[in-house]
Amino acid sequence: MSKMPAWADAVLVPLISIFLAAILSALVILFIGEDPIAALNLMVDGALGSTYGWGYTLYYATNFLFTGLAFSVAFHAAQFNIGAEGQAMLGGLGVAIVCIVIPWPHWSLALIFALVGAAAFGAFWAAIPAYLQATRGSHIVITTIMFNFIAAALLNYLLVNVMRPEGSMDPATGKFPEATHLPTLHDILGVFGIPFSKAAPANISLLIGLIACVLVYLLIWRTRLGYEIRAFGKSESAARYAGISPVKITVVAMMISGGLAGMMAINNVMGEAERLVMNATEGAGFIGIAVALMGRNHPLGVLLAAILFGFLYQGGAELALWASIPRELIVVIQALVILFTGALDNMVRMPLERLFGAVRREG
Amino acid sequence: MTFMHKALGTVAALALTAGAALAEPALIFDLGGKFDKSFNEAAYNGAKRWADETGNSFREIELQSEAQREQALRRFAEAGANPIVMAGFAFGTALGEVAADYPDTKFAIIDMVVDQPNVQSVVFNEHEGSYLVGMMAAMKSESDTVGFIGGMDIPLIRKFACGYAQGVKAVNPDATVIANMTGTTPAAWNDPVKGSELTKAQISQGADVVYAAAGGTGVGVLQTAADEGILSIGVDSNQNYLHPGKVLTSMMKRVDNAVYDAFSAGADLEPGFQVMGISNGGVGYALDEYNASLVSDDMKSAVDAAAASIADGSLSVHDYTSDDSCPALSF
Repeated sequence: MSKMPAWADAVLVPLISIFLAAILSALVILFIGEDPIAALNLMVDGALGSTYGWGYTLYYATNFLFTGLAFSVAFHAAQFNIGAEGQAMLGGLGVAIVCIVIPWPHWSLALIFALVGAAAFGAFWAAIPAYLQATRGSHIVITTIMFNFIAAALLNYLLVNVMRPEGSMDPATGKFPEATHLPTLHDILGVFGIPFSKAAPANISLLIGLIACVLVYLLIWRTRLGYEIRAFGKSESAARYAGISPVKITVVAMMISGGLAGMMAINNVMGEAERLVMNATEGAGFIGIAVALMGRNHPLGVLLAAILFGFLYQGGAELALWASIPRELIVVIQALVILFTGALDNMVRMPLERLFGAVRREG
Repeated sequence: MTFMHKALGTVAALALTAGAALAEPALIFDLGGKFDKSFNEAAYNGAKRWADETGNSFREIELQSEAQREQALRRFAEAGANPIVMAGFAFGTALGEVAADYPDTKFAIIDMVVDQPNVQSVVFNEHEGSYLVGMMAAMKSESDTVGFIGGMDIPLIRKFACGYAQGVKAVNPDATVIANMTGTTPAAWNDPVKGSELTKAQISQGADVVYAAAGGTGVGVLQTAADEGILSIGVDSNQNYLHPGKVLTSMMKRVDNAVYDAFSAGADLEPGFQVMGISNGGVGYALDEYNASLVSDDMKSAVDAAAASIADGSLSVHDYTSDDSCPALSF
């Protein structure tokens, strides 16, 4: 099998996939009697045309960045962690406990400890399936998805019976105290005199997400642990022969993964809602899988894919606001992109590989 | 002056890019979706009636996620929509934050009280309407056992159940009221399968009239009741037509009137507290050609008499939310 040049693998395949998804989406929009060009304009303008749109796009992107990184770290150890949803929910619980129980003097202190709380809860939630996988052989895909349901039920119980303020109808905690409110991009960029929409929820978590990208890169490609994770992921028997403990690597990789997923909560729980609501994660854990696969499990790729999905989310919301396209259809459009970039990857890759092979033989 | 020009310019530019005319009203549906045959649909019908009568158009959005609550509010406010009406208590927190940022925009929220100078809070006396349909259920029941199926277990739905139980006991003090809630999460508003299961469970306990106060879940309750040959009571919208001859009546919560009134008032919407009860047509029971054969003249006159005494204050129905307890039913 002839191989493609690296740039084609990293850039061309995703671009063609997106293009195909866009054409299909345009056809779907045509079928319901709307103008696809106008719809695209609306999406681009609404998501990228103003600092307001960027604020929402980056907010969603930050969510997907954390869950995408979470998935990719586990994937390097050949663990398919589809429990980021539950781990992020538990992370939210960690953030809520840190923010409500302790009276913080300043947001920066609160942020550090909320990060620790979120990561600890997320890592704990991932550690149980990881341990079961490593020592008992219980398949991680099954256990992590079941842990999503347990997390939802646990959160449901706590919010309805324990953490709900007296007399409130919403299954949610009360508002976090003022001192724990994170600065938004409006506040941060305001320091440098750059105007940015005040209404948008993008906040300092974005910077933490970018730092996490760098740290994940260093971890996977520049440390001994990362080398062990990759070696284990490529071939378990070879890694075992080299003296790498499968139990240790599985549990550690999954805990890092769960911790990253949990840290998503500083963005959506602490940064945006400033309280813990029932369905705070809203599927970001699952979107993270598509983001990681599309980004080839490389932090830079994950970052770009996260921004693309942030664009799809915010653009979709704008479409729902200003066009008479029903919300179910917007989910269809988002699903098409996931389908093409995630699931139908080989459909684009194989013909491309053949094409490059043919060109090379001639040349 | 320059600021004013600038502000007006921004609003106009936004309105233009959005293709919206200034001062177009807007309606935001809750996560249950626009066509839930119940609460949200009632809101939509009110907006549509306004649009048909005036020939004007309105903006609307069905939410997909929690983060969109505040987003939708801000977007509509910035695009110059006025007034902005939202259906559902879950908007309370978001509106509390947003309202102050747009002092020139009027907001109306249904089923929740938000204390801001530009917000109209519309609340309904659901316990009064539920009392009336409870009386009818007790008069129609042969097994002296009637059922109640709520959506999400929140004080608002307990208010429905409590009013209903009081109506039942007023007619027949020995009657049994079985009350079940579908769930404790917002998913309980849209779970017809669970509604159907609960109906079957109540039938096996002897219930022969069930009252569904559960949004989209109620569709399953009404369907199962019709299939099993017992009577049901609809909620919010008039649901009698769903199963002609099988739906005893519907507790009408005139969300449509609230939306219609808010849209008609336009930018002059009166802020403050608006209570919709029996006396001003906010709640009531539905009587039409689909259930005429089920409601005898005796029933009608008894219920109408009760409605009249509630309206003039001589009969008071206990409101669960006033002290979180119910004299006629324990949860």
